[in-house]
Amino acid sequence: MARSRLTESNAAGWGFALPAFALVATFIILPFFFAFAFSLTNQRLISPNPTEYVGFQNYRNLLGLGLLRIAPVRDDAGEIVRDANGAPKYPRVRTFTRNNPDYPQYQGMREWFGWRSGDDRVVVLARDVIFMKALVNTLIFVAVVAPVQGGLALVLALLINQKLRGINVFRTIYFMPVVVSIVVVSLLWRFIYDGNDGLLNNIIGALTFGLFEPRDWLGDPGTALGAIIAMSIWQAVGFHMVIWLSGLQTIPPTLYEVARIEGANAWQTFRYVTWPGLRNTAILVLIVITMQAFAIFAQIDVMTNGGPLDSTQTLVFQAVERGYGKQDISGGSVISVILFLIVLSISLLQRWLTRERH
Amino acid sequence: MAEVRLTGLRKSFGDVEVIKGVDIDIQDGEFVVFVGPSGCGKSTLLRMIAGLEDITSGTLEIDGQVVNEVQPKDRGIAMVFQTYAIFPHMTVRENVGFGLTIAGVPKADKDAKVIEAARILQMEHLLDRRPSQLSGGQRQRVAIGRAIVRDPTVFLFDEPLSNLDAALRMDMRMEIGKLHNQLGATMVYVTHDQVEAMTLADKIVVLEDGQVRQIGTPMELYHHPANLFVAGFIGSPSMNFLDVDVGETHNDTATVSNPSLDPIEVKPTDPVTPGVKAKLGIRPQYLTPSSDPTKGKLHGTIELTERLGTETIVEVKLGDGTKVIAALSEDAIFDIGTEVSLTFDPDKAHLFGVPQAGSAAIQTESGG
Repeated sequence: MARSRLTESNAAGWGFALPAFALVATFIILPFFFAFAFSLTNQRLISPNPTEYVGFQNYRNLLGLGLLRIAPVRDDAGEIVRDANGAPKYPRVRTFTRNNPDYPQYQGMREWFGWRSGDDRVVVLARDVIFMKALVNTLIFVAVVAPVQGGLALVLALLINQKLRGINVFRTIYFMPVVVSIVVVSLLWRFIYDGNDGLLNNIIGALTFGLFEPRDWLGDPGTALGAIIAMSIWQAVGFHMVIWLSGLQTIPPTLYEVARIEGANAWQTFRYVTWPGLRNTAILVLIVITMQAFAIFAQIDVMTNGGPLDSTQTLVFQAVERGYGKQDISGGSVISVILFLIVLSISLLQRWLTRERH
Repeated sequence: MAEVRLTGLRKSFGDVEVIKGVDIDIQDGEFVVFVGPSGCGKSTLLRMIAGLEDITSGTLEIDGQVVNEVQPKDRGIAMVFQTYAIFPHMTVRENVGFGLTIAGVPKADKDAKVIEAARILQMEHLLDRRPSQLSGGQRQRVAIGRAIVRDPTVFLFDEPLSNLDAALRMDMRMEIGKLHNQLGATMVYVTHDQVEAMTLADKIVVLEDGQVRQIGTPMELYHHPANLFVAGFIGSPSMNFLDVDVGETHNDTATVSNPSLDPIEVKPTDPVTPGVKAKLGIRPQYLTPSSDPTKGKLHGTIELTERLGTETIVEVKLGDGTKVIAALSEDAIFDIGTEVSLTFDPDKAHLFGVPQAGSAAIQTESGG
C-alpha cells in the first residue's frame, strides 16, 4: 500500500479516532463515572430542590438487612396463644419496624422472609425488599443460565462441527434467534407462554392427551422466572455455539487422529483432546454469558414488568425502573454500581478459578 | 513384527483419484521410505496404512491379515506426525503414556513403559516438562516415545523431520536410523527429502502422481533409475539431462549425439529407435574436467561456482545454451567466465526415451 502523508501523520490518526472516541467517552465512560457520583447523592431526574451529597445513605437504604426473633404472644398465664389451627400467634412485624423506640435499627424495614425456630419466629428484614428480590432473582438467573446455556451451546457446537451434507442449514437455524431482536423474541414467547391458548399449553396438552391443566406461565409466581430463563437460554444459545465452534476448529486435526490411532472412544476423545483444547474458549463463553445474564432487562420489560408479585424483578430492570420510572437517578445509579461490583468480582473469580496452572 | 502388503491399492476423493493402484511388499523389519514430490500421494498412502483414510479398492495386509476395514487402534501400528501432534496440556510423561491411559493400563505398568521409552530416546530428564518448554527436536522425540510405548508391529512416520531445522534434522535422522536398528520393527517413512530417503531406507518407493515409479534399494535407484522421473528425483545435485538425437542402435547400445556432443555409444534404459529424440542423463558427480578427446566431451563456459569444501559445484553453459551442473571433487580453481571441457564415462550415462507428443506421462512402469 502506498504510504501517504495522511496515513503517516500522527495528528491524522488521532483525528480519525476522535469521533469514535468522543462517542465512547460521552455515552460509556462518562456515564460510568456519573453513576458512581450520583450514587452518593440524592439526584433526581427533574427536581426543584438542589442535589445534595448524602454519602453512603443510598447504599444503606438498599442493602440494609436485619434479623428479628419474635416470641409468640402469650396470655396472662404465660401460655402461648394459638389460632384455630394450633399455630402460635405472633405480634405483627410492623410493631417492631414502625416507630418502636426499642428497635430503632429496624425502623422502616419490611419483612423479606422468615421461618419458625422452636416457638419463636425468625424474620429477615430488608430495608428494600424489592431490591433484595431483584438481587436473588438475578443471581438465580445467572446461576442457571450460565452453565445450561454454555453447556447446551457446546453440545450444539459439537453436533454442528461435523462434515455432513446440509450442516449449514442447522447452523443457520440455531443462530437465527440471535439475529432477531430480543424484543420481538420476547413478544413471540409471550404468545407461546399464554395461559389461555398458548402454544406451550397446547403442545403439552396434546402430548398428555389433555391431562395437563393449562397454566399461565408468566402469570404464576412459581413459573414466571423459569419461563423467562428457558426463553433466554434458547435465544442466545446460538451465539455461544458459534464461539464454541470457532474454538473447536482451532484444535489441530492431527490430535484427533492420534486419539483414533490410540483407540480413544468418543468420551475419551472429548476428555483428552477436545475439552483441553477449548480452555480459553470456555473462559470467554463463561464470562460473556455471566455478564449478559446479569444484564437481563428486555425480556422482563416486555414479558412481565417484574411481576407477578415481584417474582421476576431483576437488578437492571429495577435500575431502569427507579432511574426513569420513578425519576430517582441516584437510586438507579446505586443499583448500577452494585451490579458493576458484582460482575467485576465474579469475572475476577472466574479468571482466578480458570487460570493456567503450572 | 510384521510384513505389510499393499495390493492394487486405490484411493479416490470424490471424482479425483489420488492413489492409482499401488503394489508394495514390505518385509518384516524393513525400513521403507516413500518418497516423491508434493502431491504424489505418499502421505495419503501412509494414512491408508494407518487407517486414517479408508481404502477405495485393493487390499492392505498387515501380518497376513487383510485390515482394510480394521480400526486404526487394532492394526498394530503407531504413527508419528510432521506436526508432532503432542498434547499441549499434558506433560511429557502423560503424552508418552497417552495410549496406555486410554487403554486403562495400570499405573505401575504404564510408568515402567514410559520410563523405558524415555530411556531409549534419552529423554528421562524431560518427563515432567510440558511441550511448550521443549525444542522442536525434543517434541518429536516425545511423539516417537508415544509410538514406542504402543509396542507396534509397524511404525509409520509422516515427514517427521520436516518441521525441524537443518542441523537438528540430521541428528534426528540418525536417531531414527539407530532406533530402527535397536527395535528391529517394520518402519514406513514418508518424506519429500531424498537425502532422508537415501540415508535411512532399506528400500525406497518412489511415487509420482499416485503411482509407483520404482522400488529398490537406495543404490539401485541411484545407479539404475528405471525412468526419467526417478533419475531426476534421486541424487543431489540432480542429474543433468541433455536432449540428444539417437543415431544407430545395436542390440543393447545406441549411438547418440547433439550439436555440442560428439557421438557416443551408451546403453539405453528405455528402448529407442534410430532417428528419435531422447534424453541423456549424466550425474554431476560423473562429469570431470578433461581434454581427453576420446571420451564424450562437452564444452562450455562456467556460469557459477559453489565451493562446498568437499566438492565444488560448477554450472556450465554449453554451446547450445543447455546448462549442466558438475560436482567436482578437485580443488582446482574455476573462475566464472572461463571455458571448460567436461568428460564422462558413457557407461555411467543413462538414456531415456522422451514421451511422444509432449505431455503424456512416461510409460515405463517398473517394479522392483
